[in-house]
Amino acid sequence: MSPPGRQSPLKGLDYSVVQQCMHCGLCLPTCPTYDATKLERNSPRGRIALMRAVADDRLTPSKAFAEEMYFCLGCLACMTACPAGVNYAELFENARAEAEQSGVLDSPRRTLLRTLVLKWLFGDLRRLRFVGALLRFYQRWGLQAFVRRSGVLRLMPPRLQELEAMTPVVQPRVSSQLIAPLTPAQGTRRFRVAVLTGCAQDLMFSDVNRDTVEVLARNGCEVFTPARQVCCGSLHAHNGELDQARDQARRQIDLLPPDQFDAIITNAAGCGSHLKHYSALLSDDPRYAQLAKAWDGKVKDIHEWLAMIGIEPPQGRLNPESRVTYHEACHLCHGQKITTQPRQVLRAVPGVTLVELPESTWCCGSAGIYNLIQPEMAGQLLDRKVGHILSTEVDTVATGNPGCLLQVRQGMSQRGKAVRVVHPVTLLAEAYRRERA
Amino acid sequence: MADTLQRTARLQKIVGADQVLTSPEDLLSYSFDGTAAMQQLPGVVVMVSSTEHVRDVLRLANELGCPVVTRGSGTGLSGGSLPVPNCIVLCTARMNRILEVDAANLTLMAEPGVTTQAIAEAAASVGLFYPPDPGSMKISTIGGNVAENSGGLRGLKYGVTRNYVMGLEVVLPDGEVLWTGNKCVKDVAGYSLRDLFIGSEGTLGVMTKVLLRLIPKPAAKRTLVATFDAMDRAAQTVSDIIAARIIPCTLEFLDRTTIHCVEDFAKVGLPLNCEALLLMETDGHPVVVAEEAAQMEAIARAQGCMEIRVAQTEAEAQQLSTARRSAFSALARLAPTTILEDATVPRSELARMIRFVAEVAKKYRLRVGTFGHMGDGNLHPTFLTDERNLDEMHRVEEAFKEIFEEAIRLGGTITGEHGVGLAKKSFLPRFAGDAQMRVLRELRKALDPSGLLNPGKMFDPAKGPA
Ligand SMILES: Cc1cc2nc3c(=O)[nH]c(=O)nc-3n(C[C@H](O)[C@H](O)[C@H](O)COP(=O)(O)OP(=O)(O)OC[C@H]3O[C@@H](n4cnc5c(N)ncnc54)[C@H](O)[C@@H]3O)c2cc1C
Ligand code: SF4
Ligand code: SF4
Repeated sequence: MSPPGRQSPLKGLDYSVVQQCMHCGLCLPTCPTYDATKLERNSPRGRIALMRAVADDRLTPSKAFAEEMYFCLGCLACMTACPAGVNYAELFENARAEAEQSGVLDSPRRTLLRTLVLKWLFGDLRRLRFVGALLRFYQRWGLQAFVRRSGVLRLMPPRLQELEAMTPVVQPRVSSQLIAPLTPAQGTRRFRVAVLTGCAQDLMFSDVNRDTVEVLARNGCEVFTPARQVCCGSLHAHNGELDQARDQARRQIDLLPPDQFDAIITNAAGCGSHLKHYSALLSDDPRYAQLAKAWDGKVKDIHEWLAMIGIEPPQGRLNPESRVTYHEACHLCHGQKITTQPRQVLRAVPGVTLVELPESTWCCGSAGIYNLIQPEMAGQLLDRKVGHILSTEVDTVATGNPGCLLQVRQGMSQRGKAVRVVHPVTLLAEAYRRERA
Repeated sequence: MADTLQRTARLQKIVGADQVLTSPEDLLSYSFDGTAAMQQLPGVVVMVSSTEHVRDVLRLANELGCPVVTRGSGTGLSGGSLPVPNCIVLCTARMNRILEVDAANLTLMAEPGVTTQAIAEAAASVGLFYPPDPGSMKISTIGGNVAENSGGLRGLKYGVTRNYVMGLEVVLPDGEVLWTGNKCVKDVAGYSLRDLFIGSEGTLGVMTKVLLRLIPKPAAKRTLVATFDAMDRAAQTVSDIIAARIIPCTLEFLDRTTIHCVEDFAKVGLPLNCEALLLMETDGHPVVVAEEAAQMEAIARAQGCMEIRVAQTEAEAQQLSTARRSAFSALARLAPTTILEDATVPRSELARMIRFVAEVAKKYRLRVGTFGHMGDGNLHPTFLTDERNLDEMHRVEEAFKEIFEEAIRLGGTITGEHGVGLAKKSFLPRFAGDAQMRVLRELRKALDPSGLLNPGKMFDPAKGPA
């Protein structure tokens, strides 16, 4: 039971959301966890039944309930499949919040870790940058190589060894060192946009942020990129911290008032799919409800925006030419229903041959921090994804989300495959750069 | 309690500890199927993966006198796989191997948990065709299809599941394993037990292997969508097509309410300004296909159709039939509880039946969306309601009574393809008559004397001393 005074998130939901699933089962074949186990509990229909049972007081949020909600990838494939229009995203966030509030998973270690990551690290991005700098120091000065060679790792538990292997390479510079706060449009200014540099994106993919800004400027956008940004809150919302997610949303809106821009651009699918739903998150906040609506309308994924405004054909050509396949990040294709636009971006790049990827919309297992908390399931999904990628015989995989970039890169390097894994915008930026060459 | 623990332990011995589910979270997840407003917790769920598992579970059930409910994917629409109190749910979802595709004899052998879609794909991969395609085919199991004798969008020309079942391996309620049928096109040795198990709704035995007939893949196909400003015109078009001696593979219709819901979900560009939409498909030899498509178009135009769209590519045709398959679930966009029925009438009575449904909906102040397999005379009037609104639920019940009465009066049936299960149990005696009911009861008693399999479904045993 939830502690007195705090409303249960699932019971607080409008009952029509809880009741919307008519258990037809049409979502089951698209659910990666159901596909793996064939257990109803691991399916969207089963999970929704559990959530409804909690809302109806037929089930107390148990450890098994909470674990089930964390076994769900949050990939939202079920939402694409569902003809009845079930809002699984909202159900899922509230179910995880329910799990957290009930405290059934609490252990001193878990609580400490969550506080450290969700509150401390992602609550203020300066800290994240600081940790990033430490990590870079570790990697840069041969420490990582030394540690790996030394065999010290073998003394660590296997889980930690895997984690160490996964630590992504931190970029030498964060976004604000690569991108000016204001980048003028090339040629006539057609639009005024803001670019969100993200948190993980900022550390590991500041180059993608730079490419994004360059591509926007080349397409007639004046780009505003504040040096100090805030986390969009998706990490919090997906991990059961809805209150902090609301806080982050308010800070985000304060930083970039929507009426000052034609569009607010994100290049990270996971962030975008959350950023577009601030109005639902803040609907009970009298000060922000209206603003949040305006905000939602302005948030655009980079591919979506480029397709909307039309892509200037690059005069330059990729060299060498490249055979590219496109892996669809769940939070682009399912979360935002953006499927054709990234392909449009790729086709616009001279020198790219686009090859379709079998099961392109099947989750790669990255799913936020899923690969850290459910390594086994994530590993199975990665194997499946890599198998399909290799079957296309490409030299490059493009995908529009930092988590997927890391996961697929990891999958390729594990197998010693020299396949490049990039954001689509990077390829477009390269073609534009070659105009000058 | 002790009994339950003992049952669990013995089931675990048969299938392995992790294949027996008893947690409240698991039991809740198996407490429903696709049927609206029905719920019942099972006692335990067993995931089986071989004929031997099924045999041993049934033997144990016999020993303990414990009811067993077989379940495929739980998409049934008559409550067939809904648990009964304290039962064992025997789930076949993991018995999902295709055992053989025999291109020389045009057959396919599969375990019961294989999805209909996987069967269709396995057939297609060797240039063959498995026609039955229920709206749920992506997830429904072949075992469920056989147990319900499911139809689909192609029933008009190709028939239903029954027409493709050549043989079955069945575990009888006492645990004995039986084979019926074979790969021969002809076989009259004894009664056709195979046909008895088809459509038996999990009451006579558990199917553990299914031998299916495949046919050559038609060389060509054409898909058309026609829209009408009145439902009657659509119905008349169907009658005229059949009167013109054309048997298209698909003649599906959607009414206005359904069209809007489907388009809202599938976004395939269905016209929204019409009262009725017909999805028509013809397949076969390219010359015949072209001719039939042209004829159907002319007939629709003669009935004053508003617009005709011909699918230009295979992908577009696929999109249109996929959109049609989503009709039932898409209607749930309008109301939390969607109760659909399955009344079927001789094709000549279709227009009358459709009008009747509309009148009944009006009389009981109910919202209804109707769609269905028009070429088969099989309607799915779907009432849009909320199970928490008891008054409205009662009116839905009354409305269905009238619809069934009318269907029977017109020479039709209370269920064309979804089965009796629990949902239509109370209507069966009136429809089947005393003589049929007696034979049905005696047959069931002969096969399942202790009444272990799916008790309470389809019909109850005769009252009085056994
Ligand atoms: C969106 C939607 C669309 C649908 N469209 C159609 C349609 O177009 N045509 C149509 O006919 N039906 C349709 N249905 C109904 C349903 O999908 C079919 O009845 C299907 O065959 C059920 O398969 P299942 O695997 O889900 O079986 P379940 O629902 O799990 O079981 C159905 C019945 O079969 C029994 N059973 C299952 N497996 C076995 C076995 N191995 N041995 C013995 N008994 C068994 C069960 O006990 C139960 O009585 C639709 C359902 C939905 C939700
Ligand atoms: S989530 Fe949608 S598709 Fe899945 S069972 Fe519920 S209504 Fe059907
Ligand atoms: S979000 Fe993904 S993993 Fe979770 S229920 Fe939906 S399809 Fe399955």
